[in-house]
Amino acid sequence: MPIITVRNLTYTYPIGSRPAFKDVTLNIEKGEFVILTGPSGCGKTTLCRCFNGLIPHFYGGRLEGEIEVANLKVMDHQIHELAQHVGLVFQNPDNQLFALSVEKDVAFGLENLGLPRSEIRRRVDWALKITGIWDLRERAPYELSGGQKQRVAIASVLAMQPEIMVLDEPTSFLDPLSAQKIFHVINDLHEKLKITIILVEHRLDLVSRYADRLIVMNNGRIILDGEPRRVFNSDEARLVGVGIPKATRLFQMLKSRGIDLGETPIMAEEASAILREVLKYDRS
Amino acid sequence: MIEVKNLHYVYPNGIEALRGVSLTIEDGEFVAIMGQNGAGKTTLIKHFNGLLKPTEGDVLIDGVNTKEASVASLARKVGLVFQNPDNQFFCETVEKEVSFALRNFGFDEESIRRRVDWALNLLDLSRYRDVSPFMLSGGERKRVALASILVWDPKIIVLDEPTIGQDYSQKERLRQFILQLNMQGKTVIIVTHDVEFVADCKPRVILMANGKVKADGDAREILTDADLVNQSSLVLPEVTKIFMGIDDPGLDKNVLDIYEASNILYERLRRIK
Repeated sequence: MPIITVRNLTYTYPIGSRPAFKDVTLNIEKGEFVILTGPSGCGKTTLCRCFNGLIPHFYGGRLEGEIEVANLKVMDHQIHELAQHVGLVFQNPDNQLFALSVEKDVAFGLENLGLPRSEIRRRVDWALKITGIWDLRERAPYELSGGQKQRVAIASVLAMQPEIMVLDEPTSFLDPLSAQKIFHVINDLHEKLKITIILVEHRLDLVSRYADRLIVMNNGRIILDGEPRRVFNSDEARLVGVGIPKATRLFQMLKSRGIDLGETPIMAEEASAILREVLKYDRS
Repeated sequence: MIEVKNLHYVYPNGIEALRGVSLTIEDGEFVAIMGQNGAGKTTLIKHFNGLLKPTEGDVLIDGVNTKEASVASLARKVGLVFQNPDNQFFCETVEKEVSFALRNFGFDEESIRRRVDWALNLLDLSRYRDVSPFMLSGGERKRVALASILVWDPKIIVLDEPTIGQDYSQKERLRQFILQLNMQGKTVIIVTHDVEFVADCKPRVILMANGKVKADGDAREILTDADLVNQSSLVLPEVTKIFMGIDDPGLDKNVLDIYEASNILYERLRRIK
C-alpha cells in the first residue's frame, strides 16, 4: 500500500508564470528508498515541498490534482499534522535552524510531539552522536560552518524518526567521508525502522547503492522511474545529463568501443571485481 | 600573486581556525583547496580579499599587504563567490544583482549593459534577467552569484564550493568555464569537497587539516594517495577506486579520470577479446 500517492499534480508558485512541475503521477510504497534526481530547476525540490504540506500551506500558489501522504490529503491537513509523519531536511540548513543551541534545535520537534523527558533526552543524544555533533551541542547554530549546520538539520529530523524522511541534498556541504557516514546512517534507519526515504541527490556515485528506485525529472515532469541500474542504462538518462556513476559510464564507454563485459556495474567495487576476473584470464 | 606568510586567525569566539599557513599562489594558477569540514578553508580564502585580516602573519596580494588595503580595493582584483549564494543577494532582480558592483565601481551605463549581457549569457541566465534571485533554484542561484563577480573581471577568482547543487551537465559546463578562465590567464581558486570534480579538472591541490596545510601537490599525486585522502576525510575518486580494486600488477593505480581509464582498459582488453 502506497504511503505517498500523487495524481496528476501540477503546481505554480504565486509569482511563477509557468508551473514548477506539471501532471506528476507517482506512488511511493511504504519502506521504499527512492532517489529523486534531474537537472537543477527541474522541479524536484518543489515536489518535495508538497510532501509535508509546505506547498500549498506555506508557499501559497496554485496546486491542482491530488496528493495524499500517510493517508492524509495534503490540501486538507496543516503542516504540523503532516510533520508528524514526514521529516524534511532542506537543501540550505539556514532555512531550518533557529534555536540558540544545537541541542535545543534537535530537541525542538520532539518537545512538540509531547514525548516524555527521558525519551527526548535519549533520542537527542543518539541523534547528536550519530551525526558527529555531540561536541557542538552547546554551540549556537549560527556560529557553525555550513557542513556542521547541515549535520544539525539532519540530526533534528533523525531524532523525530518519522515514517517518511525527505532529504533534499542533505550532505552537499559535508566532506565526502562525512557524507558517506550520513548516508550509512540513513540507510540503516531505512533498513531497521523501515522508514521510507526520498533523497534528492545529484551525486549518484555516492548514493545509488542504497536505492530501490531512481526517479528522474526534467522540465517539471517525471521522465524516468525504475531500478537504478536500468535507469542508468537508458538512453534518456544520458541525454538529460543525469550524473551516471563512473563505474557504469566506464563500462558503457568500453562497450561503445566494442568491448562488452556483459553486466554494467553501478559501484566501483563491482567494476573492480568484474575487471579483475577478466584480466585474470589475460595473465593465465 | 597571493603570498600567505605564517597566517594565524582566531575568531572572536576564541576558535583558532588557522594555525600557521604559508603558501604562494602564482598568477594564472588553478588551485583547489580541499580538506575536511572545519579545516580552515573558507577562513583562508576570506583573507584573500581582506574580509578577514590576519591575527598573526601576513597576506599579500600583488605585494600589497591586506592589512593596509580596503576590501573595496582588494575586491577589484580578487572576486570571491560565497558558498551560500543567499548571503550575497539583496537586489530584486537578477539583472540588478549582477550589475550592482559595476555601479559601485563607477562603470558607465553602456559598459554596465554590455558586461551584464555578457555575464548573463555566459552562465545561461539571460531568461531570468527580470526574476528575483530568490525565485531561482539552488543551482541557478549559485550561477547568479558567479555572474555577479565575473562581471567586473577580477584577475583572481575564488569560488567557495562552486559545484554544490549543480547537476551533472552544469558541472561539466563549470569545468569548461573554469579552464577557459584559467587559459585566459586568470588565477582560479576553488574550495571544494567534490573529489570527482577535482579529478576531472586536475588542478594543483592544497590539502588542509586543523588550520594547517597538510599537503600541496598536483591532483594526481594527492587524490590517489589512499592514506592521505582518508586522513583528510575525503574519498578516492571512483575511477581510482576501480583501478585500486582491480589490483593488477600490470595496471597503474594512479588513474584519475574516466577517459584515461577507458583508454588503458581498451588497450589491455582488446588483446584478450
